[in-house]
Amino acid sequence: MNEHDMSTFWHWWVVILTLANIAGIYWLIRWTSKKRPGEVAEGSETGHSWDGLTEFNNPLPRWWLWMFYFTIVFSLIYLVLYPGLGRFAGILGWHSGNMLNVEDSQYQAEMQRAEERYQPIFAAMADQDVASLAEDTDAVTTGRRLYLNYCSTCHGSDAGGARGFPNLTNGVWQWGGTPDAIKTSIADGRQANMPGFGDSLGEEGVEQVAHYVLQMSGRADADSALAEEGQQKFNMFCSGCHGAEGGGMAALGAPALTENAWVYGGSLAAIKDTITQGRAGVMPAFEELLGEERVHVLSAYIYSLDPQ
Amino acid sequence: MSESNSSRKKTQATPAEGLETEIYAKHQKIYPRQVHGLFARLRVTAMLVLLGIYYGLPWVQWEGRQAVLFDLPERKFHIFGLTFWPQDFFLLALLLVIAALTLFFFTALAGRLWCGYACPQTVWTEAFLRMERWFEGDRPKQMKLDKAPWNREKILRKTGKHTAWALFALFTGLTFVGYFSPIADLIPRFFTLNTGGWETFWILFYSFATWGNAGFMREQVCIYMCPYARFQSAMFDKDTLIISYDEERGEPRGPRKRGIDHKAKGLGDCIECTLCVQVCPTGIDIRDGLQYQCIGCSACVDVCDEVMDKMGYPRGLVRYTTENAMAGKPAKVLRPRVLLYGTLLLVLMAGFVYGVSARSPVGIDVIRDRNVLYRELPDGQVENVYTLKLTNRHTDARHFEISISGLEGAELDWQEGDYIEVPAGRVIEFPISVRMDPYSLTGASSEIIFEAQVVDQPELSHERSSRFIGPIR
Repeated sequence: MNEHDMSTFWHWWVVILTLANIAGIYWLIRWTSKKRPGEVAEGSETGHSWDGLTEFNNPLPRWWLWMFYFTIVFSLIYLVLYPGLGRFAGILGWHSGNMLNVEDSQYQAEMQRAEERYQPIFAAMADQDVASLAEDTDAVTTGRRLYLNYCSTCHGSDAGGARGFPNLTNGVWQWGGTPDAIKTSIADGRQANMPGFGDSLGEEGVEQVAHYVLQMSGRADADSALAEEGQQKFNMFCSGCHGAEGGGMAALGAPALTENAWVYGGSLAAIKDTITQGRAGVMPAFEELLGEERVHVLSAYIYSLDPQ
Repeated sequence: MSESNSSRKKTQATPAEGLETEIYAKHQKIYPRQVHGLFARLRVTAMLVLLGIYYGLPWVQWEGRQAVLFDLPERKFHIFGLTFWPQDFFLLALLLVIAALTLFFFTALAGRLWCGYACPQTVWTEAFLRMERWFEGDRPKQMKLDKAPWNREKILRKTGKHTAWALFALFTGLTFVGYFSPIADLIPRFFTLNTGGWETFWILFYSFATWGNAGFMREQVCIYMCPYARFQSAMFDKDTLIISYDEERGEPRGPRKRGIDHKAKGLGDCIECTLCVQVCPTGIDIRDGLQYQCIGCSACVDVCDEVMDKMGYPRGLVRYTTENAMAGKPAKVLRPRVLLYGTLLLVLMAGFVYGVSARSPVGIDVIRDRNVLYRELPDGQVENVYTLKLTNRHTDARHFEISISGLEGAELDWQEGDYIEVPAGRVIEFPISVRMDPYSLTGASSEIIFEAQVVDQPELSHERSSRFIGPIR
């Protein structure tokens, strides 16, 4: 709980309830440890009997009573040292991990300890360039751990991608496969946008362009007659981004259409869908979360996946 | 306790004086008098053997490592030739069930054998009592010393006792942590102040607990804290072996001169020497009948036999017997509850031995990628991705082959002759994909079985099932 969030009412509510409870417990212990008139003598039967089992008035050991008092003393000391009484923060100044805005919170301290331990490792790796780091087994292992933690949710644990998330192992790079391009993709993220051409091309036009796209990838299921019709339309609507030869344009994130590698599926139906409705892909930026050094190591791992 | 027990109990040993305003009893220190005799020798032997095992075991070596080592950071629990992994933890549950049933079995058969001879509380208390006697003498001297003013002798004796206790307790704490952290390395590190925070904490905590429990809490642990002491009566019946005073023979009790005909004077065999009360480590009078405070240590049996010998009476006024035997009925050893506990125990033990011996030295776990249902490949096939975890519990590296079965037409991303090397005692994980023609699938989700097999050792294999997910048609 954040101390700034607590109103005066709740502050006093907590303080009074807590202290009243402790006082109540103290009173209860005192009250129950008094002998009451009419009580039977110690060691004799109380007269309570259940199925022949009779209850005796046997005393508890006195150290047991001391343990009760000890819990009261413990709770009072705790409430003085640590936050517990409403807005009172405790004289030790301890903060729980949730208080990210507080300098010396437990969370910050743990993060700092981790940083002190790992920073030199990452710093040493960040001194090498991505291409040579991709040859270093330790760096690739570390990079893979980062990958599994931050990237595999979308790109898959084998980095083979998924529908809408590119395959990182086939050597086809939507935004460029150079170390710098990969690092930029991770650090700053990417936004790809393909508009829909369903209205401009019409149903027939979409079919023709789709067959032409299949043909560029050398696919056997492309109909050459339809593809020929499609080529003109491709040149008119698509080549501006994807290039006249379908080679793609890394600067725009327009994928190459000649590799038979598909982010949104390579079936005829999926390609027609893509042309009709367009696609919008987003890769989030990770530099703020991971820091430059980790992004560097991660880039080396991704670069090492390129089969060339 | 059962009806017969509670109704026979006459008074509590705790006196009521000076407690007018408190219903909590001040602790009365118990000074058990030293006993000699058959059962005392048995108890000391049990103590020496059990303490010997506890203190000696961590020093035993086995194939270049500590024979019994619970390696928490590595998650490996070595017990001589066996190594247990976290996956084997269910065996511990089985072991604990066996331990509980063993306790039930022996309780039904022979009463509180565990409490009297084997319980750590008894064993360490016995050791601490012995040290106490070295410094303070036997019961009368101890009582006198505690009443005496704090003079030079008292300070020296008390200091000596506590120093001996503290050293013994510290050794106990060190040994305890020595089961988790190699002991030959731990002890020098402890004395050069090089132990880690948790090691230091547990050494000191365990030492403190030993010192407190065996030095001060003693019988109060049995009487107020131990759950077994409270529920053991549920396992008792009239044929359970107990320690009992022969009331018929002993009463009426009373002092007498040696050699007179006490029967003519109307006296029983009990001479009211109260030695049975003086030797009792829990401070009860066995002549009051069976009480839950009685831990069955048989100190009263030994001391009473000694007195009977001196008086020229037959032994066994206080003896191991059963309620039925006391009542003159025939004793029955094989009762339904003994047979039931015994059978259950045998079945569970057999299961445990089977469980330990049938553990596979290799293992495979399959985790399907959860984020992607399936992946479409350019050629129209669908692909599923799995993370495999291969476990090699051997002490040397093993080469594994992976294969799949159970799904017609599925193809594993694996070449003939491929293998994965897993180093000794490690788990490695790697992704692997399975692809197939979606038109061969019979449903959206099908079972697929992964098998890991050690190359050229078909008997060392392990399989796991998972799901293959494809499009809904």
